[in-house]
Amino acid sequence: MANLMMEPVYERPAALEDRATHYCPGCTHGVAHRLLAEALDELGLREQTILVAPVGCAVFAYEYFRIDGCEAAHGRAPAMATGIKRVLPDRTVVTYQGDGDLAAIGTAEILHAAARGENITTLFVNNAIYGMTGGQMAPTTLPGQKTTSSPFGRNTAQAGFPLKMSEILAQTPGAAYIVRRSLHDARHINQAKKAILTALRVQQAGLGFSMVELLSSCPTNWGMTPLEALRWLESEMLPAYPLGDYQVSEAVRALGG
Amino acid sequence: MSRELLKGNVAIAEAALRAGCQAFFGYPITPQTELLEHMARRMVELDRVFLQAESEVAAINMVYGAACAGVRTMTSSSSPGYSLMQEGLSYIAASDVPCVVVDVMRGGPGLGNILPSQGDYFQITRSAGHGDYRPIVLAPATVQEAIDFTELAFDLAEQYRHLVVLAADGQLGQMMEPAELPSMRSLPRTRPAWAITGAAGRAPNRISSLYMNAEEEEAFNLRIQARLAQICAAEQRSTEVQATHAELLVIGFGTAGRIAASAVEQARAEGLRVGLFRPQTLYPFPAERLSALLACCAVQNILVIEMNAGQMVEDVRLVVAGRVPVHHYGRLGGVVPYPEELYTVIQQHYPSLAASAE
Ligand SMILES: Cc1ncc(C[n+]2csc(CCOP(=O)(O)OP(=O)(O)O)c2C)c(N)n1
Ligand code: SF4
Repeated sequence: MANLMMEPVYERPAALEDRATHYCPGCTHGVAHRLLAEALDELGLREQTILVAPVGCAVFAYEYFRIDGCEAAHGRAPAMATGIKRVLPDRTVVTYQGDGDLAAIGTAEILHAAARGENITTLFVNNAIYGMTGGQMAPTTLPGQKTTSSPFGRNTAQAGFPLKMSEILAQTPGAAYIVRRSLHDARHINQAKKAILTALRVQQAGLGFSMVELLSSCPTNWGMTPLEALRWLESEMLPAYPLGDYQVSEAVRALGG
Repeated sequence: MSRELLKGNVAIAEAALRAGCQAFFGYPITPQTELLEHMARRMVELDRVFLQAESEVAAINMVYGAACAGVRTMTSSSSPGYSLMQEGLSYIAASDVPCVVVDVMRGGPGLGNILPSQGDYFQITRSAGHGDYRPIVLAPATVQEAIDFTELAFDLAEQYRHLVVLAADGQLGQMMEPAELPSMRSLPRTRPAWAITGAAGRAPNRISSLYMNAEEEEAFNLRIQARLAQICAAEQRSTEVQATHAELLVIGFGTAGRIAASAVEQARAEGLRVGLFRPQTLYPFPAERLSALLACCAVQNILVIEMNAGQMVEDVRLVVAGRVPVHHYGRLGGVVPYPEELYTVIQQHYPSLAASAE
């Protein structure tokens, strides 16, 4: 019995700092952070990884991980990561980006990083809104979704349609591994973790660009409780952004797992 | 080492890699493209990093990443591309990382043309991106100086952990003249302690330009200002011809300064007491030397010659502070003045001749 009590079953990953984050209660950014930290620990990558944080709610991400990190300009994380990776090819370089960062202002940088087969891993947190600036319309905002800059609901005739970045990036030959997962319940969180592990292994093996899109919640700017937000994610975002594997190259398949 | 016939753009590229540039990121634009093309071949031969980016926006952010990882890195462009880099330059300046940027200026505004210009003086020396800082700016006038200043740029960038811009123009980039390249420096085996390389056996390094608290941001800004004060005290550079014996002092930088030198020579041959002062650093502006010339010598009149509508002349006026009249002669939009043309302008502004004309 005494032995059993010594056995920790849940602890802070070594790759996470022991520090309170500034994320709102119930925000799934925290879940995404934990998954990345666990994956880095499990692969023994903490001491050789460099994180490139975005401009967005995750702007302080480089402070929350116990790894080397930096803070890119809005949308430019894939370019900055490219510069780092090219001069440190044996290190693991990860960008962590929101949907405004990756799918609006930084569309060119992510598309060309994927096209080059840049050996980096991107965690793409899609919460269908601009969190940091207070809930404006994102490129991923759903038709009809109300935001502070689409107060009558996103009118596609005026504001166009959502971008499906995993589907788009999967078309580039340089992309080795592109999948979409969700953070709305424990089962899906486990699947997301597995995908992050695979993406990091793809990078370690030098197989090309890897990205895990994570459907994520923003209770604050959606105007919901954390639980309502997870339900809304499941009922509204999942049909618009189907989960699945959009690119798994032959070489990645051969990696197994 | 021996002198060889070198094109300005190629000379800058070769000097950069000999000075230890380990990573080049860029995007083609005339009249700078030979620089990128030379890098495309040589960096690969040397097993270093060359990458043609999807835009100047991406290129400068790649440079930012490589600089954070602790290597000597650079990009080069021409005016419209330099405009696109402003955001990245500001982040670089706000992160205390060294890097070198070359602007081979061309006629503008807008798409303008591909001819030599000095129209980016304000943008390079004042507003290299948002916020409160100035880059170190070196202004070569010959291919040899372009080579020497490229080496110097990397050394200054590293010494001060600061952004250094080489302000060239289309004429300097495109012309060929004999010059001597430095020998190849060996690359450092280690990276600086502050670089982000993976937190192996040490606390994490973090590089960011973010200070949410106003007092912290102010403290950081004051550190930049303290560094700039140090740079201003130590790094002012200029060259001159007969400036201590001049009644009319002609001032010009880069290509304009070089052409002005021919006109000054002609004027002196005609017996006019004309001298030339050519700033080699545009920031810090060589205020000390110019001030000393005004204090000790016979200067009665200053003529600033630029390939723009009057940009450096503002820095000159700040130094002169009304002590003598300051005139400006500029050619715009990619027009390069001829020495004979400048000689005529010199005659117009020469104190005794100007007085007799009145
Ligand atoms: C060049 C530039 N434009 C605009 C901004 C303002 N801004 C900061 S974060 C942000 C949107 C972030 O949204 P997203 O990427 O979806 O991340 P989230 O906050 O939702 O996690 C914007 C527009 C900026 N910092 N820089
Ligand atoms: S604003 Fe939204 S995305 Fe940002 S921390 Fe709060 S809940 Fe999360």
